[in-house]
Amino acid sequence: MTKRTVEELKEFATDLRKKVVTMLYEAGSGHPGGSLSAADYVTACYFSEINVDPKNPKWEDRDRFVLSKGHSCPVLYAALATRGFFDEEILHTLRKEGSILQGHPNMECPGIDIPTGSLGQGLACAVGMAIGLKYDKKSSRVFAVLGDGECQEGEIWEAAATANKYKLDNLIIFVDNNNLQIDGTIDEIMPLGNLVAKFEAFGFQTYEIDGNDMEQILLTFDNIRKTAKNGKPKCIIGHTIKGKGVSFMENVCDWHGVAPKKEQWEQALKDLGEGI
Amino acid sequence: MEKKATRIGFSEELAILGAENEKIFVIDADLGKSCKSDKFGATYPEREINVGIAEQNAAGVAAGLATCGKIPFVVTYAIFAALRMGEMVRQEIAYPRLNVKIIGSHGGMSPARDGASHQAVEDMGVMRTIPNMTVIMPADYWSARKLTRAITEFDGPVFIRFTRDSIPIIYDDSVEFEIGKAHIAREGEDVAIIANGDTVHIALEAADKLATEGISAKVLDMHTIKPLDVEAVQDCIENIGKIITVEDHNIINGLGSAVCEVVAEMGKGKVKRFGIQDRFGESASYERLIEKNGITVGAIVQAAKQMIATDLVEVI
Ligand SMILES: Cc1ncc(C[n+]2csc(CCOP(=O)(O)OP(=O)(O)O)c2C)c(N)n1
Ligand SMILES: [Mg+2]
Repeated sequence: MTKRTVEELKEFATDLRKKVVTMLYEAGSGHPGGSLSAADYVTACYFSEINVDPKNPKWEDRDRFVLSKGHSCPVLYAALATRGFFDEEILHTLRKEGSILQGHPNMECPGIDIPTGSLGQGLACAVGMAIGLKYDKKSSRVFAVLGDGECQEGEIWEAAATANKYKLDNLIIFVDNNNLQIDGTIDEIMPLGNLVAKFEAFGFQTYEIDGNDMEQILLTFDNIRKTAKNGKPKCIIGHTIKGKGVSFMENVCDWHGVAPKKEQWEQALKDLGEGI
Repeated sequence: MEKKATRIGFSEELAILGAENEKIFVIDADLGKSCKSDKFGATYPEREINVGIAEQNAAGVAAGLATCGKIPFVVTYAIFAALRMGEMVRQEIAYPRLNVKIIGSHGGMSPARDGASHQAVEDMGVMRTIPNMTVIMPADYWSARKLTRAITEFDGPVFIRFTRDSIPIIYDDSVEFEIGKAHIAREGEDVAIIANGDTVHIALEAADKLATEGISAKVLDMHTIKPLDVEAVQDCIENIGKIITVEDHNIINGLGSAVCEVVAEMGKGKVKRFGIQDRFGESASYERLIEKNGITVGAIVQAAKQMIATDLVEVI
């Protein structure tokens, strides 16, 4: 992967955010909040850290990416298109009949390694991938992105225990810790307590960072690479802002699952700055 | 025609019931806003338990509450209610016949743009196969209200399915509905259309169209697919002989299958099933998804005419 500067990556993140709001505006439905909070991490993955080949999406030696919080797929679709997995024009077809860009991702879309959308299930699949890759002696890694609300699902913890038992040091979880779900804040609906301590107790090597800070994300990736083969699965708790980058969406629960209308979309693009 | 989502009918009636009956609890799983149980929660916060995104847990908590004499309503999307909670519903709710109401909002193709992961095509079939379960889908806002009240008065486990999208209001406050008893929405003699949920209005439109061509179609709103109103089906076969079933559910193991079970044992009569064609949904408009599966007024009319014209048994 080409080495990119933090500044360049930040520009990519802004570009993805713009694409996300435009896609959602055009689709008339979908999930802006969680797409925007995860945009920096997804950017760092697709434009710096993970090893994939857009021309050969099923390449056996690729790193795997599992968006366990599947509703945030607009940002993943934007990243995949920008990397050249498919034509950027296709982004205009999100959620439309016949599109490869389904409301929640499936494997007809190049670059999608497993379907997600029903929360809590992606991590177990990522664990299976990590076991399979290890068995085949591949150095590929598995990147799983989870919602904090999603961590209320029991299956997440069943999968975490499995990752520990099988010493999956090739598994990297990112928890998009934006403290919001649908019905309210995580603390109101179902407090998660200390997620860092929880994942540590499950045997993970954990990192707690600002998940919207590109520098911190890259630094964490560097650190993870240094301890790559220590037999421990990795977990990054990334504190993020839901709706990040769009003033009126930031930290507003109701922007979880509604698309911007025309004026809101225009305002969103303004918020994200001109350029690019 | 005025339209409303049936989840709205559920929401409004539940809020009224909450005042009348202190035993009612709502177990939300972070979809209270979406399924509209938040109205109850806002009025009776001490009787709303939000377990977060943890449907299996929600089912168990409901079972426990039911053992304390409460009437818990577990609220989530139909797909998660039937399949994510499926085994908990079987072991801890249906098997001990506990008084838990399982609310499956966003049934059938109604979570249209969300795509296959959220569209429930197998939920009623799964629930129908579990012993002790009662399985219901109301056809409009008013029947949603009436049946929400009926399941509260009924003692035992119930799965009831609502729509996310607005569907035409076909009844009014004066129409009554009884669990397990088909509602005759239209009398007729030449063909019987048995439908449920969001397809009843399509069946009624088809009956209207047939009437203009001199064909008299009976329309049954089979809101309860279990226990099925066997007598109503038998009556259709004895007196009409030709049945068309229509549902926003897989043609396997839903209303059409339930009707066919009765007809097969009678050893006579014809059935033609309309429903989701044993395939996963996709992102598209709700109307398109229904149409793509062949559930249209035109197709039903044509099928009725064909059945009347021939004696061939049609099987999809
Ligand atoms: C099993 C399951 N239950 C419920 C839902 C509905 N749902 C979609 S997104 C969401 C909230 C997700 O919150 P979180 O994981 O924190 O994601 P984010 O804040 O990043 O959007 C819910 C409840 C679902 N998709 N899957
Ligand atoms: Mg969240």
